[in-house]
Amino acid sequence: MKFNHEIVEKNIGLMGILTVIAISIGGLVQITPLLFQKDTTEPVTDLRPYTALELEGRDIYIREGCNNCHSQMIRPLRAETERYGHYSVAGEHVWEHPFLWGSKRTGPDLARVGGRYSDKWHEVHLLDPRAVVPQSNMPSFKWLADATLDGELTAKKMEVFRGFGVPYSDEEIAGAQKAVKGKTEMEAIIAYLQSLGHALK
Amino acid sequence: MSSFWSIWITVLTILVIVGCFVLLRICSKNTTDVEEGESMGHTFDGIEELNNPLPKWWSYMFYITIVFGVVYLILYPGLGNFKGVFEWTSANQVIGYEKGIKEDSKAAVELANKEGRWVQYDQEVKAADDQYGHIFKAYAETPLAELVKNEDAMKVGGRLFLQNCAQCHGSDARGSVGFPDLTDNAWLYGGELETIKTSIMNGRRGMMPPKGGLPIEDSEAKGLAEYVFKLSGREHDAALAAQGQGSYMKGCFACHGMDGTGNKLLGAPNLTDNAWLYGASRGSIEQTILQGRTGVMPAWKEVLGEEKVHVISAYVYSLSNK
Repeated sequence: MKFNHEIVEKNIGLMGILTVIAISIGGLVQITPLLFQKDTTEPVTDLRPYTALELEGRDIYIREGCNNCHSQMIRPLRAETERYGHYSVAGEHVWEHPFLWGSKRTGPDLARVGGRYSDKWHEVHLLDPRAVVPQSNMPSFKWLADATLDGELTAKKMEVFRGFGVPYSDEEIAGAQKAVKGKTEMEAIIAYLQSLGHALK
Repeated sequence: MSSFWSIWITVLTILVIVGCFVLLRICSKNTTDVEEGESMGHTFDGIEELNNPLPKWWSYMFYITIVFGVVYLILYPGLGNFKGVFEWTSANQVIGYEKGIKEDSKAAVELANKEGRWVQYDQEVKAADDQYGHIFKAYAETPLAELVKNEDAMKVGGRLFLQNCAQCHGSDARGSVGFPDLTDNAWLYGGELETIKTSIMNGRRGMMPPKGGLPIEDSEAKGLAEYVFKLSGREHDAALAAQGQGSYMKGCFACHGMDGTGNKLLGAPNLTDNAWLYGASRGSIEQTILQGRTGVMPAWKEVLGEEKVHVISAYVYSLSNK
């Protein structure tokens, strides 16, 4: 049979199948092998899972869309490592679900912001960024200080993460609600921010 | 990478490139019975399909893309475990894992150079180090007291300050509520060159608990604040201050001193110098007494390294010792 466009163009089902095959090759080559690599699936030595409070803080980070303006991915370029510290490595992110690498830097990268500023600084900065950085265009997140966590779902969240392979112990999960109950969202997000980059400086 | 995945990647990649080439060849040939440029014999909404060849510019671009892809895959790593002719890697991460020399750019570059490999990031760091390293090294070897007089070093220090310190202490170094003013020569932990350096290197942790951890009633805060006003030589209510002095003697003196001049070893502020980290009003002083203050200065040793901290220390000193 002579090869003819018409066969593909007139069979929408066949066209669909061929399209799926064509676009899946990039993923098969670039993504699938990484699922089986030691470098990308094993945690770096000092990595620890997020505590209950940090985990809640991470959810607030996602809810407020922080990752729309802040990346968490330091590339191996000297200009970046001078400013932010050691470039990010895959082993630091194996327990991240989902990854919060981001792709846009309206604000600075936060992959290693932990320990760079005091808790108090973060509080002042989140309430009114311009109080400490006059040129900042970050919005204020003042409601975080007023919202209190009840921690009802924290244990559930940790269990889900355990399902992904994050090594939470039974005690940690059992004590999760107690650890976050009554804490403000501000405290949670600051705890999360201060934990970023803890495994590698 | 295991050889299975290496082969997987290689085969798929080559198949796609060859497939693209074959597809392009087939589509470039006229496989219909219609002459080039003639009608295919059907119209849609009055638009007629002609048997036109692929635009030349488009197919040439496609060929160029294929050639580029092939050349790229020969020079750079892309086909599984094949390292590419340049033996390029983005960073020493991989080499580090292979050779057990982790996180040492210099060693990685030397090793890579010897083996004719090209390590992008570490090469970059080494180039910068060759260019600037000796400057910082010379600064680090200069005693702080001399460094303060070095104008170039102070310019460098100023830049480093703006990049790393201004977020809290302000671009004019005059701080704000809760973040110390570095220009007023009022030091919590001491303003000597070496002390400043220690503060930056290891950080500091304020440790005033609510009411100093003393058996002080909330109602005494007003008097205490008034007494603190008196210590700084500000206008005050004498009777209330006398009351406050009584409260002060319950134990505040342990850190702030009998005369209120503080204790730099503990970071207990001098209450007589009229410098106010958390605000000068009666209200803020009362708040400080009731809630305590635990300001934190982060440690910069790990982040900036001693050489840069050395320069910043001299710069910070110069701010209040013109």
